[in-house]
Amino acid sequence: MDSALIPKGVKRCSFFQFMGGLGVVSLVLLWGVYAMLLCWIKGLNQTNMNDYYGFALWIWADLGVIALGGGAFFTGLMKYVFGKDELKHIINFAVLIGFICYSSALLILAIDVGQPLRSWYIFWHANVHSMLTEVAFCLSCYFAVLTIEYIPLILENRQIDKVPFWHNLSHNMHTYMAVFAATGAFLSFFHQGSLGGVAGVMFGRPFAFREHLFIWPWTFFLFTWSAASYGPCFTIWLVRITEKITGKKLVRETAIQLLAKLAGWMMFTYIIAKIIDTIYWATVTVPGMGFTLADFYTNNAFYGYWILFAELVLCGVVPALMLVTPKIRQNPIGLFIAVTLGVIGVSLNRWVMVLQALAIPVMSFDQWVLYIPSWQEVATTILPVAYGVILVMISYRYLPVFPNEAELNPLAPETPPVVEAQTEEDGETQDAPEPEMAPAEA
Amino acid sequence: MKQTGDNGKAQRFGMVIDLDKCTGCGSCMVACQAENNVPFREDESDKTLSITWMRIYRLTNGKSFPDAEICYLPRPCQHCDGLHEGHSPCVSVCPATATDYDGLTGIVSQIYTRCFGCRYCMAACPYHARHFNWWDPVWPKGMEQYLNPDISVRMRGIVEKCGFCFQRYQKALEKAHMQGRRELEEHEYQTSCTQACPAGAIVFGDLRNPHHKVHQLAQPDFKKHGRPKNPMAFRLLEELGTNTKIYYLSSKKWVREAGHNPSVMDKPEEHH
Amino acid sequence: MFPFNFEWVWDMSHIVFMGGLWYALGILGAGMTFIVLKTIKDTAEGKGGDHH
Repeated sequence: MDSALIPKGVKRCSFFQFMGGLGVVSLVLLWGVYAMLLCWIKGLNQTNMNDYYGFALWIWADLGVIALGGGAFFTGLMKYVFGKDELKHIINFAVLIGFICYSSALLILAIDVGQPLRSWYIFWHANVHSMLTEVAFCLSCYFAVLTIEYIPLILENRQIDKVPFWHNLSHNMHTYMAVFAATGAFLSFFHQGSLGGVAGVMFGRPFAFREHLFIWPWTFFLFTWSAASYGPCFTIWLVRITEKITGKKLVRETAIQLLAKLAGWMMFTYIIAKIIDTIYWATVTVPGMGFTLADFYTNNAFYGYWILFAELVLCGVVPALMLVTPKIRQNPIGLFIAVTLGVIGVSLNRWVMVLQALAIPVMSFDQWVLYIPSWQEVATTILPVAYGVILVMISYRYLPVFPNEAELNPLAPETPPVVEAQTEEDGETQDAPEPEMAPAEA
Repeated sequence: MKQTGDNGKAQRFGMVIDLDKCTGCGSCMVACQAENNVPFREDESDKTLSITWMRIYRLTNGKSFPDAEICYLPRPCQHCDGLHEGHSPCVSVCPATATDYDGLTGIVSQIYTRCFGCRYCMAACPYHARHFNWWDPVWPKGMEQYLNPDISVRMRGIVEKCGFCFQRYQKALEKAHMQGRRELEEHEYQTSCTQACPAGAIVFGDLRNPHHKVHQLAQPDFKKHGRPKNPMAFRLLEELGTNTKIYYLSSKKWVREAGHNPSVMDKPEEHH
Repeated sequence: MFPFNFEWVWDMSHIVFMGGLWYALGILGAGMTFIVLKTIKDTAEGKGGDHH
């Protein structure tokens, strides 16, 4: 039915199967939209947040998806600025994931603020000393960059590409993409960093506070560093999942290996820096503020030293060592375990920096307050996941997200002609194994 | 920003709360609520959702009878100065300049029509002095007639907090200007909690003015970020560098230590 | 955001911070404007009609 829209030389499931899948995910999406509307119409009393937990699940999700979406800026930086051309095979998917992550982050923020209609105040009445202002500025600008990077991919759809204007636009955008990618990397550096700064500048919260280098707390650098390390892990993780679902090899192994290696070394250096930071914080910063490490990890029902161990060792040192060891990295199971641990590790890091920081009592006569999100918060957090799945499904079906797909999965030569519609995609001969799909190829 | 008052000096309004005198009666909380149109709900049992610009904490020395002691500690917004002027934990983080530090008075203000409810200030404040309007305010029938016309009511989705009854400062200034005066007498600007306290435990005034009682009681040393010279005085979480303008007085060592951070506080059992 | 906002101050923080914002917006805006104009010109010249 929609075979004319499907890229040449690749096989897709039937239109009805596709719509069925889309329908199931859409139900989840609708559930999330319902919860979102409840929050907008009835207000944030729909959540389990309170005056102790001004930041909660949503802010964690925000920080999480932005860190995980860091694969886009890191891959873009490596490809366009440092000339790692092999990454062209994965850049489209990285951009798509980045686009999903950042649009999700903006959506979650729009639900999270108490007066969404006033959100523009953050620009108009900007307090330039606030880390959150920097986050808002860079995040919006970088989202614009990701949109600019994603548009050419849409324009590569077979039918759209037939229109000369769109074809030329796509061609021209590819030609100058390096300028946008470089701007994006610059913006990413600052907003990933300033998200870390959000926690690190809170000198009223000794758990989150870090010493400063110039105007930036250490968390500024650690967050950028960790996004560059763990973001690519998420990209690889999703490639593997997509490959599993589609039952196809979608990205050349050389590209995956290169990205995994780069991520591994970034992670290896990051985790060393993070451990040094933790030791300095635990032995100098925290006592200097009148606290001990035990104040943060004892006397409560949930947060123990296990979380520190899980973040730094189990999901930090272990995946880093796995990724820098060629033998493990080249083993599909080893690689998958490593990137999975990485994804968990960065999520844990963002969790403790947001939620544990607020759970800890600061005044001696105050107490630990733990929090369990309401279903509305959970549903609105799953909403972007459903949205992401839908966007990946549609993009995968109609756009050349994986430029190597046709080459890696050659169709049987006896493909039936176009009219057989529904079950098979059109059977035009597969031409160039690697058509004009990857950015900067045009 | 203009850093001085009409008398040529920057004022630093602050409080001294004598915990030996406080009985925990809650008058300050009620007076604050009435003066500032603080909304309330039918069920206020969950204190993490209650809007209490002034909140009374109950402290104990952790001992059992007959050595058990309790102390009530009223906690308004601490109006932090920070280590360099105006660098309070909340003002420095607000992305939309919706909370501001007034160099003229040292008051940390909240601009309700500017706040868009990101709650970063709440996360940054270690005193839980900031409250979010999780609901729109609903007044019992007829009660809206009793609202204070000098301060706006707040809508849902924004943060609010104690502003040292700033509306009273404005009114007092207007009156003084009408009378051709440029300076306020100490008694002309007093917060509602101060006036409501039956025990006279709360004293309010300009910490920089040697004639004001707060200055005499706390004896702030401005060369050391306002640390009190009075050995009976302390501030909450002194070690964080928040440099608050609320001073507490207590003759009991365990109470003074409870105001500090955990590790600089000796075990309560060892004292008293 | 703009010098006419009342909280605007001509200090280093505002110049650096807002400078960064306007610089980034400038690159994105100018870049895209240039690309769109070039695309219009290319299309008018008949490019892209017979690719592949």
